[in-house]
Amino acid sequence: MNLRMIFRTAWRSLSVNKMRSVLTALGIIIGVASVILMVALSQGATAGITERIAANGTNVLVIRAAGGMGALRGAGGSALTAEDVKAISALPYVKEIAPEAETNVTATAGSLTWSTTVDGTTPAAQAIKGWKMSEGGFFTEEDVDNAAMVAVVGSTVAESLFPDNKNIVGSVINLNGLTFTVIGLLPAQGAGGMGGDQDNMIYIPLTTAQQRLLGGNEIRMITVQASQQESLAFLQDLITTTLRQQHRLAEDAEDDFRIMDMAQLLSTIEDTTRILSLLLGGIAAVSLIVGGIGVMNIMLVSVTERTREIGIRMAVGATSQDIQTQFLIESALLCVIGGLVGTLLGGGLAALFGRLSGWNMQMPLWSAGLAIVFSTLVGLIFGYYPARRAAEADPIEALRYE
Amino acid sequence: MTVNICLEQITKTYYGTETPVKALRGVSLVLDKPEMVAIMGPSGSGKSTLMNILGCLDKPDGGSYSFADYDVMKMSRDQLAYLRNRRIGFVFQNFNLLARTSALENVCLPLNYAGVSNREAEKRAHEMLGLVGLAGREQHRSTQMSGGQQQRVAIARALINQPDLLLADEPTGALDTQTSADIMNLLQKLNREQALSIVIVTHEPEIALYCDRIIRLRDGLIISEETAPAAAAGGKEENV
Repeated sequence: MNLRMIFRTAWRSLSVNKMRSVLTALGIIIGVASVILMVALSQGATAGITERIAANGTNVLVIRAAGGMGALRGAGGSALTAEDVKAISALPYVKEIAPEAETNVTATAGSLTWSTTVDGTTPAAQAIKGWKMSEGGFFTEEDVDNAAMVAVVGSTVAESLFPDNKNIVGSVINLNGLTFTVIGLLPAQGAGGMGGDQDNMIYIPLTTAQQRLLGGNEIRMITVQASQQESLAFLQDLITTTLRQQHRLAEDAEDDFRIMDMAQLLSTIEDTTRILSLLLGGIAAVSLIVGGIGVMNIMLVSVTERTREIGIRMAVGATSQDIQTQFLIESALLCVIGGLVGTLLGGGLAALFGRLSGWNMQMPLWSAGLAIVFSTLVGLIFGYYPARRAAEADPIEALRYE
Repeated sequence: MTVNICLEQITKTYYGTETPVKALRGVSLVLDKPEMVAIMGPSGSGKSTLMNILGCLDKPDGGSYSFADYDVMKMSRDQLAYLRNRRIGFVFQNFNLLARTSALENVCLPLNYAGVSNREAEKRAHEMLGLVGLAGREQHRSTQMSGGQQQRVAIARALINQPDLLLADEPTGALDTQTSADIMNLLQKLNREQALSIVIVTHEPEIALYCDRIIRLRDGLIISEETAPAAAAGGKEENV
């Protein structure tokens, strides 16, 4: 029997019991749609995070005082100093270096108050992060030298303190009671991601932060941009050696600082989200298998109902193989159609969900391909046993079947 | 295209849950010329079993069966399917047409399994439907046709692959007298004009009178074999 006839026969059989076929396909549709949706969700999340890290440059090393996140900070004070910064900036392959000192403050402007984070840094930070100002400008080396009372605000801060969004540059804001002049406004960096809102930040000169807000010459973090990606590992070793000398650490002492390689971090995050992807996809795949069981169930019913037809076909010369192929194609066709509809539905839901929630959703082509291949496989696997049963029917008994 | 169909000492026993049933206990039958043969007998005499074995739907337990050059006893399931497809046509009491399928597609069915292209199959099915007197009804479905018309479609389907043997199991059992006569006349005509061997299982004597030979079965054995008057007289009327 030629393929066209087989498909025509399968299509006709499916359309005889429209309601039944639709309900059976629904199991596959829901399974495929959830696979597509889950993949879109996790791919979108991954892309969002990695994009942000990549935007900051992967040729970047971040140095923090060991335990700088908490314990040591209080006990041993800052482990990083201006001398460290000077020593590192003298190293080869260092393109830009930005020391940073962060603290939480209460910002007020007019009658509005907002809790935010102040980051004291140098103009190098703007170069490393590639910020383009949406209004005004960044502070200069001169401002750093003079510990100028100037501030560059992130978009979340600007929206909260200046809701009318007018004349932000030039206005005055109070940080923990100190008066600063806003000289620049940063564009939105995008929502979400790890480590909270990147736009809920105020940048001021490092010296101002140290002297007026932190009271000391503490440096919490040093961001170093390498002149070339390839020298990153070498530079990391150089910095380690330099800092150990600077801090006069004994041979057997542990480092009192940590160096984070952005490229490494990126690959760690990618690994994590890949596992998340697989997990979500796996859960969705379970529902596809449940759909497959529904297909098998209905195919078994169909084989029984059509015993007589099987007998007629065998009497006029259909081989067992012919019968088996016919039923296999029928269940595969049902699942392929379910897979196609499910892919469209999943894609549509992902787009809708993305628009409503503002989350980044990405639907890679491979997920559509995979869903359709997988649903075809489900059709073939779960259709096999019913098809086999049909093929093994005894023509005489099948003909006699009422 | 006369072929030699030869059954010798065929036995067939069905092993059900109860005692085994000896459906055939040594039946011999030779068809070596295009003739119409009626197989008669009470129910349980083994005529359906004989029909199934003749039609290669079932294999005998013992004896020998040769169909042309084929030794049916040694053939596999798929080889039997091939034989049914190319050399044998079936007509059933209840027509056994595919539901929701047009007359044309029903007639095409054996050709589909024979690997004939759709275009060629439809062309031949058209001709065959014309031959059985159903020209113009190609697209009718079984629900849109009378019993007689449905049986004509079944006959067209049985003949489409130009078989050597046509097997009819109570072909007029579901038809009224006039339609039965029409169908029998059609079969007789095909037998004469196409040199086709036809074996008819029936319990109606009037139907058997269309045949050249009447074989009577009882308890799995042939009890009588007579040359029917149809061969000599060529008509039914004189024998009623």
